[in-house]
Amino acid sequence: MEFDLSKPQKLLQKSARDLFARACPAEQVRELMATDTALDTTLWSEVAEQGWLGLHLDEDSGGLGLGMVDLAVVAEEMGRACFPGPFLGTVWAATLISAANAKSKHLASLAAGETKGAVALLEPDASWDPADVQLQASKTEGGFQITGRKSFVSDAGVADLIVCVAKVGSDLALFAVPAKASGVSIKPTAALDATRKLYDVTFESVTVAAEDVLATGEAARAALERSMQVGSLVVCADMLGGMQWIIENTAEYAKTRQQFGKVIGSFQAVQHMCADMLLWTESARSAIYFAAWALDAEPENAERAVATAKIYTSDASREVANRGMQVHGGIGFTWEHNLQLYYKRSKASEILFGDASYHRARLADLVFNA
Amino acid sequence: MDLGLTPSELQFRDELRVWLKSNAPAKQSAKSHSGENAADFHRRLRDWQRKLFDAGYAGIAWPKEFGGRGATFIEQAIFQEEMAVADTPETATIGLSLVGPTIIAVGTEAQKQRYLPGILSGDEVWCQGFSEPNAGSDLASLQTKAVLDGDHFVINGQKIWTSFAHFADLCLLVVRTDTAAPKHKGITCLLVDMKSPGISVRPLKMMSGDAEFNEIFFSNLRVPVDRVLGKVNEGWNVAITALSNERANLGIGLNVAFKRNLEVVIEHARKLRRHGRPVIEDPVLRQKLAQAYVDLEVFRLNTTRALSTLNKTGAPGPEGSIQKLYWSELNQRNVQIAMEVLGPYGQLTDFDGGRGAYNYLRSRGNTIEAGTSEVQRNIIAQRVLGLPRSY
Repeated sequence: MEFDLSKPQKLLQKSARDLFARACPAEQVRELMATDTALDTTLWSEVAEQGWLGLHLDEDSGGLGLGMVDLAVVAEEMGRACFPGPFLGTVWAATLISAANAKSKHLASLAAGETKGAVALLEPDASWDPADVQLQASKTEGGFQITGRKSFVSDAGVADLIVCVAKVGSDLALFAVPAKASGVSIKPTAALDATRKLYDVTFESVTVAAEDVLATGEAARAALERSMQVGSLVVCADMLGGMQWIIENTAEYAKTRQQFGKVIGSFQAVQHMCADMLLWTESARSAIYFAAWALDAEPENAERAVATAKIYTSDASREVANRGMQVHGGIGFTWEHNLQLYYKRSKASEILFGDASYHRARLADLVFNA
Repeated sequence: MDLGLTPSELQFRDELRVWLKSNAPAKQSAKSHSGENAADFHRRLRDWQRKLFDAGYAGIAWPKEFGGRGATFIEQAIFQEEMAVADTPETATIGLSLVGPTIIAVGTEAQKQRYLPGILSGDEVWCQGFSEPNAGSDLASLQTKAVLDGDHFVINGQKIWTSFAHFADLCLLVVRTDTAAPKHKGITCLLVDMKSPGISVRPLKMMSGDAEFNEIFFSNLRVPVDRVLGKVNEGWNVAITALSNERANLGIGLNVAFKRNLEVVIEHARKLRRHGRPVIEDPVLRQKLAQAYVDLEVFRLNTTRALSTLNKTGAPGPEGSIQKLYWSELNQRNVQIAMEVLGPYGQLTDFDGGRGAYNYLRSRGNTIEAGTSEVQRNIIAQRVLGLPRSY
């Protein structure tokens, strides 16, 4: 039994940490936050060259063929660096397309970083439950036509390809829509986390060819579910990297900041907050890496494992960020201090793919109705 | 990452399961250790340990030369988990996991020969005389005094919170032998016969009504000098060795016991009705029960991870403190959720064998015994995060 990263995974962790420390320092993050898209094409290319955009995709699709634990390792380092840009949209879209059709022509260019993706799932009623999707696609000669509005779409502003989740009658369907297609309009939504942008996407009589229907019915539902599990894992690992940054920087601050002639880290009230932060961070780590492992090794337990990780990490990440800010005092509350970057990203991640309350309700159905 | 067991670990587990199937005693309904139940509790404990001993399952972590199995940490975890699944009676754990390993580590040859066989067979039950009324979290300030008189120490003082003292045969007693030295330097560990004159034991009733632990009073108790474990005035390190053996137990069986408690609560939630529907359909309580499930699952995963680390490093680290802090507070949250599910039934001391009420009261001790939550947080902050000592 080995509940730890393998040697190659530790090497992957180190190279990701080194790359982001060098190429994505906090000043760079702040500059990108102030842009419309948070995309730096040089940095994006560097990440693409590592193969990390298709890390978990099959080698036949241009991916590295690695597993979910490896994906979590890289996502954790992205969270630790507050890596700005469209990773989430691209990795979600690639996972969804791959789950719907492993031979899709779109995968190779997404994996290579030549194109970027986004998944348009949520609508103005803001439900993460795919059963609540209302947007209707109507059948036309040779394809479909989509009209309606999607909200809270991560990274749509830089996406080349948008996977639109719609209904055909009462069946779920997945459509691959080029962002430049006629009738698609994309509008930025101002939100807390400026490192990963959100958009409103409106489809106005958008025509989709039959060959761009990725999946329908049960196949669409299953592919979407799998992709949301992987997306949740990525977001959890991102939160974990942020928690790790916060606990390290908070402990460091507590060792140096002096009040009453002593470092504040010598006060038990402060020590106990730091101890709780460590416990939450390490517990989230156990839940997340187990979920990553289960996604590959125990698919029958993956749904519960991912829900458990998302519930635990969503609450833990928020509390770690809160305690970190409390220990930092006034300086942690300022624009100037980098804690605010992690604080906001944590909150956005808590919401992404459903917060703890949403997943507790789902998990209760899974566990108690079984 | 590979969370599977090796073929030899699987074989160990399967053999144990087969053995437990035909040897685990029937469940005991009463949980009490006290009053008229004390003798019964002691008898069950002794009988069960004898059975384990005869099958080679007593002290499996001990080296083979001392009668153990030299089991790996993973095998020890499997053992604890299977015992918890089979809901077996308690064993004389203070001897097996705390005193025995310490005698093996620092005892004389004569001490090993005299004491180890009785610990394994369960013929001699041990207690641990550490805490005093004025030495709890600050154990090193203990005041029970031992004065040398010829070839004996003469002991006067008091211990408290001593589990099993009311039927123990022997005690690992920590005393002060040098009152002038700094507090950590004047301490000695003694192996004391509980049947000696000069010892009186008074059971200490907990608020649950049960009495797991006791006060022990020493009045001119005479202990021969060959009963010193380790060296005179160097007993603090011996005590720390004993306690680290206690914390190396990561709480593995607890996870199984807590999961069983949650399953019982869920069963009650299906049967009891509120707002015209089963309690299990109440959306607020569903949220809380789901969180209870999550907290237990994360505890299980933390345990597995700590075990994997322990198996590699061989030495119990501060993980023990994280585990203790986590399970004690988790259990307090979960017994409260159980009370909310049970509603008015939760207060009845005879509903479902009084399990809800008992667990609720007993859980308050969890964040105090074996190192308070405050001490665990101090340890985590200071030894893991490197913050300065605060006292």
